[in-house]
Amino acid sequence: MGEILAASLVNGLLTGGIYALVALGLTLIYGVLHIVNFAHGSLLMMAMFGTWLLAAQLGIDPYLALPLMTAVMFAVGWSLYRFVIGRISRGDDRAILLATLGVAVVLDNLALVLFTGNTRQIETPWTFAVLEVGPLLISVPKLISFGVALILAALLWSFMARTDMGRAIRAVAREPEGARLMGIRPDRIFALAYGIGTALLGAAACLLLPIFYVSPGVGSVFVLVAFTIVVLGGMGSFPGALVGGLLIGMTESVGGLVLGESLGPISISLVFIATLLLRPTGLFRGAR
Amino acid sequence: MLEVRNLSAGYGPISVLEEISFSVGAGEIMAVLGANGAGKTTLNRVLSGLIKPRSGSVRFDDKDITNGAHDAIVQAGLIHVPEGRKIFPNLTVRDNLLLGAYLRGRAQRDATLEEVLATFPRLRERLGQLAGSMSGGEQQMLAIGRGLMAQPRMLILDEPSLGLSPLLTEELFALIARLNASGLTIMLVEQNVVQTLALATRAVVIEHGRVVLEGATADMEGDERLRAAYLGI
Ligand SMILES: Nc1ncnc2c1ncn2[C@@H]1O[C@H](COP(=O)(O)OP(=O)(O)OP(=O)(O)O)[C@@H](O)[C@H]1O
Ligand SMILES: [Mg+2]
Repeated sequence: MGEILAASLVNGLLTGGIYALVALGLTLIYGVLHIVNFAHGSLLMMAMFGTWLLAAQLGIDPYLALPLMTAVMFAVGWSLYRFVIGRISRGDDRAILLATLGVAVVLDNLALVLFTGNTRQIETPWTFAVLEVGPLLISVPKLISFGVALILAALLWSFMARTDMGRAIRAVAREPEGARLMGIRPDRIFALAYGIGTALLGAAACLLLPIFYVSPGVGSVFVLVAFTIVVLGGMGSFPGALVGGLLIGMTESVGGLVLGESLGPISISLVFIATLLLRPTGLFRGAR
Repeated sequence: MLEVRNLSAGYGPISVLEEISFSVGAGEIMAVLGANGAGKTTLNRVLSGLIKPRSGSVRFDDKDITNGAHDAIVQAGLIHVPEGRKIFPNLTVRDNLLLGAYLRGRAQRDATLEEVLATFPRLRERLGQLAGSMSGGEQQMLAIGRGLMAQPRMLILDEPSLGLSPLLTEELFALIARLNASGLTIMLVEQNVVQTLALATRAVVIEHGRVVLEGATADMEGDERLRAAYLGI
């Protein structure tokens, strides 16, 4: 029993790395734009289809595609904000919220038209690789995704802490008028933050593809989890998204073990409700 | 250095500034006086490009900046330290100061930072502290220091003494005098009439969005129109 529990915890921890990546993007966009990005799941789905196409049509390994997909998704997110969401909303919070919802509807239906509702999967040489550590069997693609997720989180953290752009993003998040007086243009910073949040989805897609299916509805699987993580970690908090992601990954995994595969996801909802009841501000103070 | 002509501005249907004209010469300390709601902050926001005027013109260094973008105005060296400070509370003192030089080259930034820290030794002790956790007086120093990081040619200070003790206010005014003596042109918006008149070379008095008096401060003490502008009679 102890071994099964340990295996389940490790498995959940590793999956939590990807959850954290998705949640980091969501929390970054929330922290700067003060809206929940309703298009987050759809953009992840789009990135997964992009990665799937590269793998299925051109035979490019998802791990090799990661830098490319990250860059492409940055460009997608940045342009989407610059030319669509920003234009429509003119900086009004409620309008931004609705614009991201509109983007989600368009992307979801576009995917249904292009790819039908079927689920697809690719098999890479990594898909079933396992590593034996003592009594535990560890999935290699999950281990890779965990490591890459942690590296990306660290890169993002140092970008935010040490670069002019990172400082400007944090400044605009709290005091846009003060930022304008320094010559910072909030509209550009919004596009940058939206682009970075979306870029993380490009990376997450590449890490997911060897171990997960793709379908037009796949985004919603992750975005509900990511939203729970953001609430658990503290809305807008980076360390919260990381720690929350790992905790939720383990909760889900152990929940599945105890309650059974089909009832397992309830454990996430329970964490969500418990957070709202017991500690509505989350584990970490939000909005950095 | 700054030339404001027939400037009108407002918010939506509300008209705040009506046909304001005055000028600030290079090297001057120009005081802008007026009661609450007279339109002083609105004037500053127009000058720094945060809001667009309805009509009129603003020239800075003989260049038209009337409808200039706020970043272009910062680039030109007209820096506005706003009412209420508007520092970044979630950033360290150091990051706040560095952002002041956002549009300036990295090359000069470290040297400017040294100068600013020499001016405000208190900030040096607190470089790693979150700006939001500093006292009101320290935050005001930070706001001015952040403005100086942009290497201003002219500094607009909007009620810098707000919330400061009389002693700190005196220190602040001495600092403004020193900055001015080092060649910086200053436009000082204040409620602190007596001290401001003593410090500034010239003043403009605004009442209900109109200029009611402009001239040398020496001639202004005891002027009825100045009293009226404040007491609202
Ligand atoms: N964003 C805004 N929208 C609508 N009206 C505004 C706005 N900001 C200021 N006003 C109005 O414009 C008028 C002038 O305000 P302003 O802040 O320029 O005055 P002020 O001279 O700076 O006053 P104080 O000395 O109190 O700072 C006031 O009547 C105020 O209510
Ligand atoms: Mg004011």
